[in-house]
Amino acid sequence: MAPSLEAPEPVEDVLANPLKQKPQLVAPEPEHCPGPESQQAGTADSCAGCPNQAICASAPKGPDPDLPLITARLAGVKHKILVLSGKGGVGKSTLTSQLAQALATNPDTTVGVMDTDICGPSIPKMLGVEAETIHVSSSGWSPVWAADNLAVMSIQFMLPNRDDAIIWRGPKKNGLIKQFLKDVEWGELDFLLVDTPPGTSDEHLSVNTFLKESRIEGAVVVTTPQEVSLLDVRKEIDFCRKAGIRILGLVENMSLFVCPKCTHATEIFQATTGGGRALADEMGIPFLGAVPLDPRLGMACDFGESFFDSFPDSPACVALKGVVRGLAGQMGLDPDEVVPVG
Amino acid sequence: MSLSKVKHIVLVLSGKGGVGKSSVTTQLALSLSLAGHSVGVLDVDLTGPSIPRMFGIEEAKVTQAPGGWLPITVHEADASAGIGSLRVMSLGFLLPRRGDAVVWRGPKKTAMVRQFLSDVFWDELDYLLIDTPPGTSDEHISLAETLLQKARPDQLAGAVVVTTPQAVATADVRKELNFCTKTGIRVLGVIENMSGFVCPNCSECTNIFMSGGGEVMAKDFNVRFLGRIPIDPQFLVLIETGRSPRYPEGTSVNGQDISSAADAHTDSNETRDSALLVQKYKSCSLAPIFSAISATVVADAAAAT
Repeated sequence: MAPSLEAPEPVEDVLANPLKQKPQLVAPEPEHCPGPESQQAGTADSCAGCPNQAICASAPKGPDPDLPLITARLAGVKHKILVLSGKGGVGKSTLTSQLAQALATNPDTTVGVMDTDICGPSIPKMLGVEAETIHVSSSGWSPVWAADNLAVMSIQFMLPNRDDAIIWRGPKKNGLIKQFLKDVEWGELDFLLVDTPPGTSDEHLSVNTFLKESRIEGAVVVTTPQEVSLLDVRKEIDFCRKAGIRILGLVENMSLFVCPKCTHATEIFQATTGGGRALADEMGIPFLGAVPLDPRLGMACDFGESFFDSFPDSPACVALKGVVRGLAGQMGLDPDEVVPVG
Repeated sequence: MSLSKVKHIVLVLSGKGGVGKSSVTTQLALSLSLAGHSVGVLDVDLTGPSIPRMFGIEEAKVTQAPGGWLPITVHEADASAGIGSLRVMSLGFLLPRRGDAVVWRGPKKTAMVRQFLSDVFWDELDYLLIDTPPGTSDEHISLAETLLQKARPDQLAGAVVVTTPQAVATADVRKELNFCTKTGIRVLGVIENMSGFVCPNCSECTNIFMSGGGEVMAKDFNVRFLGRIPIDPQFLVLIETGRSPRYPEGTSVNGQDISSAADAHTDSNETRDSALLVQKYKSCSLAPIFSAISATVVADAAAAT
């Protein structure tokens, strides 16, 4: 058998209790495996001859017994919003953290942020809580509070060293995402923002499966203006359609760059095919706004400061506020109540 | 094993998405080819393949031969001009429609990566560049496992790690460097991409994503720093529309004047013809930087064997 490079439980306490429905396999899943959790496990054509066949066949089938637990745990969360993009580095985490901070400017609103990017968690750094750790109590894991009304959960809080690599394959990532939903004491939240890694794979499928019953309000899709990025984002929109996730809107990030010296606006990432707005029209989804590139926004994220507090008058900040208001409108909420003016 | 005729394999990695892995792969491939090497590019980003778009060959379809796939040719070798051949393989070529989502869980991705490594008929190649998705998960584990098992030790030259300067990006890329250490993949060096942007109007250089973060990280991990690459909108235009890079009078990079002469370009060859890409790239401001980086990679790969 091939030597496995998967790290042997780097965060032991994280996955102390193995997933109930996942059978213990004696060999790696073969190429055409229907999935050990699937209905055909152990009985599909490709299972013939697989050393796992008997194990898979006898494993419990049917809906995941943890789903009702997740639904119960998240009963106090009013709106669950996913932040997605097929492309990496377009600003999913930046947008998530800024959305969270914008929503949290209303002291009566409680916001939660869940970072499902297991291999590259950025949310803790952007919200300035990188050094925190989570606390475990009898009622569950307590999230980290970045502000009085802003709760955060990320794998970064569980790493012994900041730079540790999480070398995990899909099933293990799914297990952790499930624990984030099942075991974290979110309490009463008005909004739960779910930041995702780029792509359309395990993390996205799992979040969708686990949250289906407790209802996802919808997804915000982020892109940058150039076609290389739109190409991947188109795939993500296709995924949302296939998975039945409502798209609340598309945000175009890094649209224009205004030179701080001569105020000349450059399209660094040229929208040769019309950018986010054209894609939104083509796909028939709402366009929530274009956020310009602002070096100060990047810096605010690096230092974990609130961009809204530091530079309330910058064009990027005004654009982000517009996005939040548009988003509130899409969810049928009063924009003035969600983000109070002034 | 289809890799038997490949001399050196170079991985392009980054823990962070959108830092320019695919553009770095593209430019490395172009400059290696300009230096006369025969180059192959394998795109293992399954859910977001960008390489076909980068080379302007989105419409291409892979030919199935008995026992494997034939890669797509971007351009053939041209001995008189000293240019080596360039071939590409990506999942993008296998999709029926370009907007189709590939929603795959881990085991299927693993199988695809293995198939890409074993069933593509690469001809004699000096360099095979492997472009990866962000992260340290299924694709990377499978890639590392398969390569460490099947490739000869002298074949796997190592990994070029790409980052952008800001702390949010280097935080993730540090994880990728630890991944390389854990899996025993040699790091050829770190490239800091998107380091500074020169305003085309007033030539003021702004560090949009700060500057120097990649160099500090390379020092921390004791790996070579390969260089800093500024943002050049002209390169993006070249990729997106096929227009040759043009620079206003007086533009200079590292003291070398690269502004285009007014009569140098006519609009006759301004199509997205992939065969001409390598010629047009020569006039891009980033070409000299990448030519130096690829020379370092070549020297390093030669030393490793």
